[in-house]
Amino acid sequence: MSEHEKKTTSRESWETRLKESEKKNPPRPARFTTWSDMEVPLLSTPEDLSAVGFDYERDLGYPGEYPFTRGVQRNMYRGKLWTMRQFAGFATAEETNKRFKLLLEHGQTGLSTAFDMPTLMGYDADSPRSLGEVGKCGVSVSSLDDMERLFDGIPLGDVTTSMTINGPAIVILCMYLAVAEKQGVPKDKVRGTLQNDILKEYIAQKEWLFPVRPAVGLVIDTIEYCSKHYPNWNNVSISGYHIREAGATAVQELAFTLADGLGYVEESLKRGMKIDEFAPRLSFFFDVHNDFFEEVAKFRAARRLWAKLMRERYGAKDPRSWMLRTHAQTAGVSLTAQQPYNNIVRVAVQALAAIMGGTNSLHTNSMDETLALPTDESVMIALRTQQIIAEESGVANVIDPLGGSYFIEALTTRVEREALAYIQRIDEMGGIIESIEKGFPQAEIANSAYHFQKQLEAKEKVMVGVNKYQTTEAKRALDTLYIDRSIEKRQRERLAELRRKRNAQTHQESLRQVREAAQAGQNLMPSILGAVKSYATLQEICDTLRGVFGIYRETGSF
Amino acid sequence: MQKKTVQKIRVLVAKPGLDGHDRGAKVIARALRDAGFEVIYTGLHQTPEMVVSAAIQEDVHVVGLSILSGAHNALVPEILNGVRDAGLKDALFLVGGIIPDEDIPPLKEQGVHMVFTPGASLQEVVDYIRQHAPVRS
Repeated sequence: MSEHEKKTTSRESWETRLKESEKKNPPRPARFTTWSDMEVPLLSTPEDLSAVGFDYERDLGYPGEYPFTRGVQRNMYRGKLWTMRQFAGFATAEETNKRFKLLLEHGQTGLSTAFDMPTLMGYDADSPRSLGEVGKCGVSVSSLDDMERLFDGIPLGDVTTSMTINGPAIVILCMYLAVAEKQGVPKDKVRGTLQNDILKEYIAQKEWLFPVRPAVGLVIDTIEYCSKHYPNWNNVSISGYHIREAGATAVQELAFTLADGLGYVEESLKRGMKIDEFAPRLSFFFDVHNDFFEEVAKFRAARRLWAKLMRERYGAKDPRSWMLRTHAQTAGVSLTAQQPYNNIVRVAVQALAAIMGGTNSLHTNSMDETLALPTDESVMIALRTQQIIAEESGVANVIDPLGGSYFIEALTTRVEREALAYIQRIDEMGGIIESIEKGFPQAEIANSAYHFQKQLEAKEKVMVGVNKYQTTEAKRALDTLYIDRSIEKRQRERLAELRRKRNAQTHQESLRQVREAAQAGQNLMPSILGAVKSYATLQEICDTLRGVFGIYRETGSF
Repeated sequence: MQKKTVQKIRVLVAKPGLDGHDRGAKVIARALRDAGFEVIYTGLHQTPEMVVSAAIQEDVHVVGLSILSGAHNALVPEILNGVRDAGLKDALFLVGGIIPDEDIPPLKEQGVHMVFTPGASLQEVVDYIRQHAPVRS
């Protein structure tokens, strides 16, 4: 009997015995699937690896080296733990500034700013469109004056700052650079990340200002300008998070995110930049959801696929261009209002998956985030969750500990291949911009969201406390953070004062320069920098651009 | 046996304010359509006036507002009063989204019939509409 026959026979005889055992303990559900509804095998063996043609050197290699499946740093968390970066922002600049200082005092290593809806949409706090929204979901920033207060007493040369803003990202970036300049921070010491990923706004997050093409042009302006002047600034955080939260599967999240990344690469190349001039500063941001192995596989597949695309499709030579560096955030959508303390456990499991997947930075959600913005206490528990994983669990001692698992390697390859198939479909449509204009990713996500909801209602997917193990006792109330409407009034008064005090001529002249640069198709960074320094407001600058570019409207399909 | 005439229930699903979270609104819209209702979805970033005028134009039986941004206390009364003032007095008003518990009683006092918060099932929403949508002759 050959080796192969021996193996087959032993597998077959095991399966016979398995059938016997299953008579006693039949499989619980009819199908075993991941959270994204991929079929999961009962058992993986070396045959699963040979079925996908697994090759250690080619598919994994070594950490810090192509194709980076095992991570982008050679010694991973032994050298430097992931950055613990808790997203914060609410009410006014002063209050967010206090939260920032609290987090820094407690060992957080990077800042992350959430802006309110009006700011995200390019409206000032005193616009009629801002009614009821000021300071609710983040901090309100209408001018450089607010930005100065937001970072008051925080030396920008010593921290890295991430800013979650997209539609008007170029304006907010200019405000941040202006504050850094006032503090006297050298340009190469300005570190951090601007989300600035407008493509995923049209796909999922839906906070847009302008039509797709001029909006992408603004992103490329920041890439072009900062790669020359701010070499350590990450210009775009290509984000799957919102895509996933909107209902995408893990594969769709990966595929649409990388497709967005390829969109920025294509557009930057069209401007005449060379791939290795800008690709090293592209960074990513993924969701980390409930299904532990699926998430680990997704992070590993993401690094491998991006590295191949950068090297093989675009001929990038600089290894930093091949590296997919990523931030991760636990899945907001997985948190439940029912039995909210359970969320602490969900977040811990998800955080562990992100770390086993080799993330470079992580935000852990607070247990009360499905109810309201988090309180100081719940934010602290979320940060401590990361610190416990880092310091107590031992998982940070070893690189990619799941690498080599029959199941994980087969799943990583499967996720990678399915994501690539989506990317190829998008290529065939003419690229991501065209596919967004056709509504393709939007429709795929809406279908997945609906499919998941149906599965939840049929109890094919279980959320503890929601469709199983519900408690009938009264909800245990959490103290939540309440943002009252006096914030709106205060912000309006402040803006009125700013409009009175500033030099009307200078700011109007600066807006004229923005308009002319936009009409001429020039890079808008210099003129917007000028405008923010003359205290033109966010909305004044955005309205000037709306006048040139027009606005975006989505057809309300569902 | 008497045969009931079945009216087609028209539902407006609206996203007022600047909030872009439309997963819930789209899932609900599809579930209501699958349940046999006629569904009009406004799309995103609607001002209260836009929602009111859509409700009136379509002469809907049900107005469903999806808000996850915390702006409900400001937006809901404007829409409610607008729709009533424009003459659609019997419409059923539903709100869905992230609505803190303490905000629910004041919304109901102002005339919201039901608030659905995270964890509510599609079936609950469908059943509620079937039972409570106004019958018009």
